[in-house]
Amino acid sequence: MDFKPCVNIRKEWDIVGARQLGREKAKEIGFGTVDQARIATAISELARNIYLYAGTGKICFEIVDDFEHKGLQIIAVDEGPGIRDISQVMEDGYTTSGGLGAGLPGVKRLMDHFDIISEVGEGTEIRASKWVR
Amino acid sequence: MSALRIPILKLQNYLLISIQIDLDDQTAIQFQEDLLNKIHKSGATGVVIDLTSVDIVDSFIAKVLGDVVTMSDLMGAKVVLTGIQPAVAMTLIDLGIHLQDVQTALDLEQGLIKLRQELED
Ligand SMILES: Nc1ncnc2c1ncn2[C@@H]1O[C@H](COP(=O)(O)OP(=O)(O)O)[C@@H](O)[C@H]1O
Ligand SMILES: [Mg+2]
Repeated sequence: MDFKPCVNIRKEWDIVGARQLGREKAKEIGFGTVDQARIATAISELARNIYLYAGTGKICFEIVDDFEHKGLQIIAVDEGPGIRDISQVMEDGYTTSGGLGAGLPGVKRLMDHFDIISEVGEGTEIRASKWVR
Repeated sequence: MSALRIPILKLQNYLLISIQIDLDDQTAIQFQEDLLNKIHKSGATGVVIDLTSVDIVDSFIAKVLGDVVTMSDLMGAKVVLTGIQPAVAMTLIDLGIHLQDVQTALDLEQGLIKLRQELED
């Protein structure tokens, strides 16, 4: 549980950098191709949200290996505007930027565990994990 | 930073594109613009976009691809997407993206056959 590299999200291209690193980690841990794609896609969504709505932030990776689970946790952290109504942003199709509004509800379905903490004016932290089957 | 340019080939009345790189947002948008310009200039009636080498399509790329199909259609060119990897198809479903009005085919060759059938009747 100690290894915890982070990718700073500052420019648009960091979205690609983060998802590529995430895919590599997922492969190392032993995820199959489809789960690698799920993890990379989830990272891409979270990183783009940081870039679009908070400006900057970071995506960190934590390898989980305990009695219960083996897998990867993605932690997306920003100090942006925060989210006022979490149940609203978790609805399919809800967007404030003319996107598809598929990002957050999508990440929840792509991953096995999803957790979001957000405070208006403080920022947002999202944790999403996938377990190796 | 300037966007990469994805090559667009012309074959008779068709335009062929094979996406070989991990698409960042700028490159995807540049591609959208380049393709529409090329349809306009060439008067192409069909477009095949091959995604065999694409191993991730997130909601942004999916939106760009969906928009490309709609816009090309408005300009009189039918688009077929080919070679979508199984893992990509599955992640799109998880994202809740169905690309309903989009024509697809197994590979470039099948894509061309599909276009020919569509455009000839
Ligand atoms: N990190 C964030 N900080 C502030 N607001 C956010 C953040 N991530 C998402 N949001 C809000 O949640 C909405 C839904 O996000 P998402 O499901 O990814 O769809 P989209 O990005 O297409 O709008 C966004 O439009 C935005 O208003
Ligand atoms: Mg989003």
